[in-house]
Amino acid sequence: MKKHRSKTRPPNLRLPKCPTGIQGLDEITDGGLPRGRPTLVCGGAGCGKTLLAAEFLVRGAVQFNEPGVLMAFEETEKELTANVASLGFDLAGLVRRKKVVVDYVHIDRSEFAASGEYDLEGLFVRLNHAIDSIGAKRVVLDTLEVLFANLPNEAFLRAELRRLFRWLKEKGVTAVITAERGRESLTRHGLEEYVSDCVILLDHRVNDQIATRHLRVVKYRGALHGTNEFPFLIGDRGISVLPITSLSLNHQVSSQRIATGIPRLDAMLGGKGFFRGSSILLTGTPGTGKTIISANFAQAAARRGERVLYFSFEESPAQIMRNMHSIGLRLEPLVQRGLLRFHSARPSLYGLEMHLATMFKEISAFQPHLVVIDPITSLMGSGTDSEGKGMVTRLIDFLKAAQVTSLFTSLTQGGHALQQSEAAMSSLMDSWVLLQDFEGNGERNRVLYVLKARGMAHSNQIREFLISDRGIDVVDAYIGASGVLTGSARAAQHSLEKAAVLAGQQDAAQLKREVARKREALGRKISGLRADYETEAAELRRIAEQVGTRTLVLGTERAASGILRQADANVPDSGRIRAKSGKANS
Amino acid sequence: MKKPPPRLRPKVAARAAPLWQLRLYVMDRTAKSVTALSNLKAICEEHLKGRYRITVIDLLKHPQLARGDQILAVPTVVRRLPTPIRTIIGNLTDVTSVLVGLDLRPIE
Repeated sequence: MKKHRSKTRPPNLRLPKCPTGIQGLDEITDGGLPRGRPTLVCGGAGCGKTLLAAEFLVRGAVQFNEPGVLMAFEETEKELTANVASLGFDLAGLVRRKKVVVDYVHIDRSEFAASGEYDLEGLFVRLNHAIDSIGAKRVVLDTLEVLFANLPNEAFLRAELRRLFRWLKEKGVTAVITAERGRESLTRHGLEEYVSDCVILLDHRVNDQIATRHLRVVKYRGALHGTNEFPFLIGDRGISVLPITSLSLNHQVSSQRIATGIPRLDAMLGGKGFFRGSSILLTGTPGTGKTIISANFAQAAARRGERVLYFSFEESPAQIMRNMHSIGLRLEPLVQRGLLRFHSARPSLYGLEMHLATMFKEISAFQPHLVVIDPITSLMGSGTDSEGKGMVTRLIDFLKAAQVTSLFTSLTQGGHALQQSEAAMSSLMDSWVLLQDFEGNGERNRVLYVLKARGMAHSNQIREFLISDRGIDVVDAYIGASGVLTGSARAAQHSLEKAAVLAGQQDAAQLKREVARKREALGRKISGLRADYETEAAELRRIAEQVGTRTLVLGTERAASGILRQADANVPDSGRIRAKSGKANS
Repeated sequence: MKKPPPRLRPKVAARAAPLWQLRLYVMDRTAKSVTALSNLKAICEEHLKGRYRITVIDLLKHPQLARGDQILAVPTVVRRLPTPIRTIIGNLTDVTSVLVGLDLRPIE
């Protein structure tokens, strides 16, 4: 304990706080309301003053073991019990267990007369008795202003109220006093003069027919507090204030990549798809295929066995499934297996805060790996720009903290500069894929490109994507001197190129044939020459043979005649011839 | 308190007038409390002689009783009977408002 204290501020400098237990309020007030002091909660009719006060009391009794007294001037115990029962608080049970005392103060101008001097000791006595009977630490007075309407002497009343607040402080109870908002001042009767330690202002504003409640800590003497206006809502588990500034930028990050279900898109994202836990924005004009790409992404994730939560603000689940069926995406089995869940709601159903709270609840319950919000723009349309941005910030922060990948589709109106209209949102997104129409040649064609992808190499190319009954096919768009060609222009360009290639091929074949023909001609010539040669050669050989034969015959004849003449032939031959001749002779 | 004292009964019955039951809530014996009680007594003696009963409740001793009669201001007079219940706050120095408040017409 000592260690802990020394780490933070010195204990004597820190104002003791009384935690409200109300979600978000303790964050804004850095721990709760000032302990042992009165806090003023003011606001117009129907902005939740009584509920806030009642929740403070009930949570005190239930969570912090601090019994409380609720002194109600406007509603009876029965009414109060019924009202807070809708937030899941069992007021009657707490009263039975002596954790809470509800004292309904009935005061009606028509039922009494005033004569002479009096004071409000009766109120003090009642309050004191109620506090002492259960050892209350918390007190709610809702709302003291009823007294102003019913007691004639205002100056006197002010003196008595000053006394009451002093008395409450002396009593050491943490009090919440509600008051009606005044036109010029915080409260109609200037109660803020007396309750000066902490003032919380509630507000209920209607923008474009959608009401949102806001809470602001106007004043908190001696303590740090968030000064902004925070939206809050009254849900089925009480009030939750949604502070933006209390969220910090220190999410865990994952370097794991997840495929989009469109291989070519993955290829454009460094071949691996998006980072897990990142926020992805998909913008496009109407009919560019945002939902189709989302559904693809959802299907791919669900097929990997991941849980996908699909928030649809324009189409019903059945309609999405039917439409996706037409391009060959079968989502029903994934829904049946519990991997894909749809949540459809009209954006105008309730305010942004309520949507956000509903989404938080759904996400917490389903624990998805991927959340698709289709489209975020129709949701943002139900608040002002800054409210919308605040909401997206909170949603993204929430999802990132939970390591959930988020895909937001955003509808941009034609004619606007895409980048500009999405400036508010895009800075919050890690990746941004743009879908666009290209109009020309009497047709519209869809193209897609990655505008940004934090932390990964990505393609700078514009790709055309085609939607067929087999799904999405991303193809290279033709980028030539005259710009990007898509659709039939791309096809025409394709066929032009094809024709050129074909022509080239034909030329080549022609040339080849020519060569072959020439070779053949040459061959023929060669064989003709060869035949000539053969003929000639044969002739020559025949002549040569004839000449040879004649010469031999001549020689032989000469020899024979020589023998006949007994002429000396060659010497060496004479003996043989002689012998021969001798033999022949003998 | 439910039954009037025997001494008064014949008179009440004879005049067919209801008995007035008044409660005076005070806080200790402060000046306002004392003034209120004496003023109330004087008015009742004048207009309701013999037909009234005053119960003084000291909230210092019985704080739990404040809730029942919806007491905020002190002193407060509550006319329990005759119905309807009427309430007057203050030390009752303004006699006319008391008479109007208690719905007592002065006897002429």
